[in-house]
Amino acid sequence: MEHAINAHAKVRESRFDRVFDAVNAVIMALIVIIMLYPLYYTVIVSFSDPYLMLRGEIFLYIKGFTLDSYEYMVREKSIWTGYYNSILNTAIGTVYALAVTIPCAYAMSRKGIKGKGAIMGYFVFTMYFGGGLIPSYILIRQLHLLNTRWALIIPAAMSVYNMIIARTFYQSNIPDELYEAAKIDGASEFRIFFSVVLPLSGAIIAVIALYLAVGHWNSYFNALIYIDDRKLYPLQMVLRAILVQSQQLQNIDPNSVTPDELVEMMRKQMLATTMKYALIIIASLPMLMIYPFVQKHFVKGVMIGALKG
Amino acid sequence: MTMKKDKQTNISAGADGSAAAPRRHPFIKYISNYYQIYLLMLPAVIFIFIFCYYPMYGAQIAFRDYKFKLGIWGSEWVGLKHFIRFVTGANFWQLFRNTLLLSLYSLVAGFPVPIILAFLLNEMRSQAFKRTVQMLTYIPHFMSTVSVCGLILLFLKRDTGIINQVITLLGGEAKDFISDPKAFRTIYVLSGVWQGAGWGSIIYLAALSGVDSQIIEAARIDGANRIQKILYIDFPSILPTIIILLILNCGSILSVGSDKVLLLQNPLNMDTSDVISTYVYRIGILDAQYSFTTAIGLFNSIINVIMLTIVNTVAGKLGDTSLW
Repeated sequence: MEHAINAHAKVRESRFDRVFDAVNAVIMALIVIIMLYPLYYTVIVSFSDPYLMLRGEIFLYIKGFTLDSYEYMVREKSIWTGYYNSILNTAIGTVYALAVTIPCAYAMSRKGIKGKGAIMGYFVFTMYFGGGLIPSYILIRQLHLLNTRWALIIPAAMSVYNMIIARTFYQSNIPDELYEAAKIDGASEFRIFFSVVLPLSGAIIAVIALYLAVGHWNSYFNALIYIDDRKLYPLQMVLRAILVQSQQLQNIDPNSVTPDELVEMMRKQMLATTMKYALIIIASLPMLMIYPFVQKHFVKGVMIGALKG
Repeated sequence: MTMKKDKQTNISAGADGSAAAPRRHPFIKYISNYYQIYLLMLPAVIFIFIFCYYPMYGAQIAFRDYKFKLGIWGSEWVGLKHFIRFVTGANFWQLFRNTLLLSLYSLVAGFPVPIILAFLLNEMRSQAFKRTVQMLTYIPHFMSTVSVCGLILLFLKRDTGIINQVITLLGGEAKDFISDPKAFRTIYVLSGVWQGAGWGSIIYLAALSGVDSQIIEAARIDGANRIQKILYIDFPSILPTIIILLILNCGSILSVGSDKVLLLQNPLNMDTSDVISTYVYRIGILDAQYSFTTAIGLFNSIINVIMLTIVNTVAGKLGDTSLW
């Protein structure tokens, strides 16, 4: 009898549930399409004929395949200086910030350290209060870091949020027995950190490194206020110059006279728009390529942070 | 022979019970054992001091007429002059209104979406499908602000932008949206939802995974359908998380960052796009009115703290959840 009742209940729920599941799947698919369509559109336009794009014929697939947009964009030198600067700043900045954040997070994770609470308060206070934009700017100026790449690297020594995530990792993943065993073996605290804890820190170093790297790569505001020298512009600043300020690109020559060159110039005008789409793809390529491999770690980081929060 | 079980004294040789070796002060002993731990913290402490606390000290230029050559101490003290100037300025209410509305609209439109998304994702049967969808919804979050704004500007172009192309296809008239002050908030908010919804759902999904499966089983046996499950079990379970995040968001209602607004701003839409932070950038960095803009920044921070406290207190009175 019970079995019959249960079976009946299961049949009842599964009809509604199946409808629900189907509707849910459709909604999810729609959401994914909405989220990704802008990117998809960017890709197909960048490979399509600019004239067709102007006429509004491109929505779902590439028409009039051409590599011209990319070809012209690739010739723009400022992009490559931008790439170079971004790679350099990101690499140095990430290693440097890791070197400051990880030891601190480890130290804060150890039990029985006196004054830990006060020091933690010292750190956390800065998450909610700060001097503001202008005092920071004045400081950079006083330190003679204006217009250097170091203005982008040095101040970003440590994000307290990142440090807390790493600290939580250490608190949950390194058992006290390990410390005791090492001490019995006569290891100094430094030795414990470098020889015992660091080798075990692979996962958290990966997560924090990724957070830092993405932060450096995507940021533009600090470069905006601290750097004037175009040769030092990171990629995002170059992007801003071309996409937002609609800067004249160097390889579009306004001085053409002959009819042939006029046609060429008109074509270049149309290319000007599709080139921008190509640029967005060029600039986002690194992120898009490593993203599938890397997003797992980001989510893990958020989980740890959320638990603490 | 007595062995003093006194933690204060060094365990010393003394088989003959003679007087112990000179006592090491427990503090010295602690330091000599653990100083390396403090050294590991030291770089972080120093950097935070220089780049976070020193600017706080420098914020006092809000009360002075700061001149770079005179330094902070040498600049003349003027008290609340800059604050008064800001609050009585011609554009104060416009800046205040723009900042508040932009924040409010973003909150109203953007806060529920990640939650709903999390509920829907949580109901997915196929784990593989669920993970794929999740991964895909995070992608916009990883695009840089400049890329996203570049895309927005391209899409909104009157002649070549896809939005206008669709409008004309449907029989409407193409408009230059980015120059229209009335359209700015919509553009800003919708693109913000697009970029942040997927990533924002992570926290709620994490909270949902913590819902007691036994309760769900019991409800299912009692005949609850999926929607009832969501409304009566899932939603109340993650309500604390939702409230905490809501409090945090409300508390920062008057801080709209300048990053994205600056990129979408132009002389034509300034009426609605100029917020406090972009004003500070323009007048402070570009026009070098350091003291005045520092005062604005301080004013903004104080309002934020007041807002956060108010919202937190209200939440605490209405329910159980609050930040402190």
